[in-house]
Formats: sequence, C-alpha cells, structure tokens
Amino acid sequence: MLNVIWLALIVISIVVAAFTGRMEAINAAAFEGAKTGVTVCFGLLSVLAFWLGIMRVAEKSGLLALLSKALSPLIQLLFPDVPKGHPAMGYILSNMSANLLGLGNAATPMGLKAMEELQKLNPDKQKASPAMCTLLAINTASITIIPTTMIAIRMQYGSVNPVEIVGTTLVSSFAATIVALLIDRWYRYRHLRRHN
Amino acid sequence: MYQWVSLISLWAIPVTIAFVLLYGWRRQVPVYETFVEGAKGGLSTTIRILPHLIAMMVAVSMFRESGALDMLLRGIKPVLDFLHFPEELVPLALLRPLTGTGSLAIATDLIAQYGPDSFFGRLAATMQGSTDTTLYVLTVYFGAVGIRNSGYALKVGLWSDLAGVVFSLLIVSYVFS
Repeated sequence: MLNVIWLALIVISIVVAAFTGRMEAINAAAFEGAKTGVTVCFGLLSVLAFWLGIMRVAEKSGLLALLSKALSPLIQLLFPDVPKGHPAMGYILSNMSANLLGLGNAATPMGLKAMEELQKLNPDKQKASPAMCTLLAINTASITIIPTTMIAIRMQYGSVNPVEIVGTTLVSSFAATIVALLIDRWYRYRHLRRHN
Repeated sequence: MYQWVSLISLWAIPVTIAFVLLYGWRRQVPVYETFVEGAKGGLSTTIRILPHLIAMMVAVSMFRESGALDMLLRGIKPVLDFLHFPEELVPLALLRPLTGTGSLAIATDLIAQYGPDSFFGRLAATMQGSTDTTLYVLTVYFGAVGIRNSGYALKVGLWSDLAGVVFSLLIVSYVFS
C-alpha cells in the first residue's frame, strides 16, 4: 500500500510538472522535502532521547509494570492479543496518557517503545500485526485536550476568545478516535477471519 | 475550565519526571546511569526513522509543488459541492493526513484571511487541532521497527481523518451558529 502511494505521488508529480512547466519547482521541492525530513528527524532526536531515558528509569524501577497491572483491563479490551503483564502494556498506557494530556512530544517516544514491544510479539516481522494497527489508529486520531498550537495562532491573530475551540476540538477528536477504533475492529475481524 | 486544563498540562511533565526519578531512587535504581542508557536508544531509533521520513517528505513536497495537488482539488470539487462542504476548507482537509507543517500553514492562512473568530477560522483551527498527521505517524512508528507491510493501518488512519473532518464541520456548525 505504502509502496503504491509513494510511487504514485512521485510519478504523478513529475508527469504533472512536465505539463504545467514546473520542472524547476519540483527539482527544488525534492531536495527541500529531503531537507525537511532531516530537520524533523533531528528535532525528534532530542525529545526521543530524553523521554526514553526517563522511561528506562520507570521500567527498571518497576513503575511501568505497576501501572500496566492497574489498568490492564482497559488495555486488554483494546489489545486482546497482548499477554497479561507484558511490558508492551506499560508503554501503550504511557503513550495513551501522554496523548490525553496533550504532551505530544512525550507520546511519540512511548509509542515507539510500545511498537518495539509489539514487534517482539509479532510473528511476521515485515507485516504490521493487528495490535500494531490498533496502536497506530489511536495515535493518528490522537485525542487532544489542549490544541496549544492552534490557541497560540488564534491569539496571534487577535481572537476575542482564543480557547473557545478547545471544546470543539475535544469533541471532534474524541469522536474520530471512536470511529478509528471501530474501523480498526472491523478490519481486524476481517483479517482474522481470512487467516483462520 | 481552560485555566484548570492548562495548569494540568503545565505541571504534568515536571511532576511526571520528578515522580519517576524519585520512585526509581527509592527502588535503588542508579537513576543517572539508567537515564543515559535509555537515552542512548533515542539515537538508534532516530537513525532508523530518518530514511523513511526523507522518502515521505520528498514525495509530499514534490506532489504539492508540481501542481498535482491543485489539480486533485479541482477534480473532486463537484463531489464536495454536492455534499455542501465549504470549498475554502478543502485544501486543509486533504493535506491534513499528509503533512503536519503543510496543513498548519494552510490553517494559519485561513485564520489570517477570514479572522480567528469567523466560521472558517474556527473550523480550520478545530480541524487542524483535532487529529495527528496520519502519514507521518505511520512512517515514524512503522519505520522505527522495520515494518514494510503496513497491513490495514493506513486505511484505518485515513477513514478516521475523514471522520475527523466531518465531526469538526458538524460540531463547529452546531456550537457557533
């Protein structure tokens, strides 16, 4: 799927650029895009290193295991394939709570750690397991309590009440997350039926 | 309400850090060494993600600059007109799953153009704020563990983006009319 999308984006761009005479623009765009990739990635490095350090302390001290034990019914419901008490649970929980608190930059490192743990349980290392798809669904929909960036931009443009979109954002992201989980369930069901 | 919520997010990180470290200290974990050891893992993860991000950013950037995105927008316009979806918000809705910075630029532009307290301004802010960039999340999360076949994850992400757009439109129309 990603192969097709990636190839299509690039080939279509070049064909369209040939017709619209924007060859020069996409030459620049290709390298500008690569540069953006590097910038974003190195922006991620500082945050990743910091949170993975903190999380390692939480893991070694047994705090993560404690947390996942306390909230395991919830995770069991969302991730039926993950065995009880597996380290993935603690990371999934940390990832979800960071998302809920609007700590976007803490959510990613914890989500990546959870992915790593889920990969250990995955029988086919090249293909995403159902549990991995569910984790991804939660993170792409990402329930947001405080959309800080948008509030800041609204302030900048002189909004009378910059935070009035907090409620609408919360409702919309909550509803979209529910939809994401339901669709995920549907695909998982189809996937399992096909493979058994 | 907002003051409470913003107070919580202000305190959440420092309190979490202090709590984790103190708990580790009490459990006789060598906190400094353990932190450094964990942080080291950040480097290898970043290196693993880097090629995936470069690949994706190149494709998205080319698609936008070639004019292909504009053509796509014009192509689906009749469908959206039929659904009474405001034309002004179409570029934002389409770019939101592809690029976080690109859609942020469009949302900012809409707010600047129509004003933050206009219908479009509020809708743009809600749409931008209520979801994360699907393609970016997919690239980073699956890239980090070497997944090649993303299964049905992309489909789920895109459907939920569509749901986010529809819900944003509904809730903003309902609350602010």
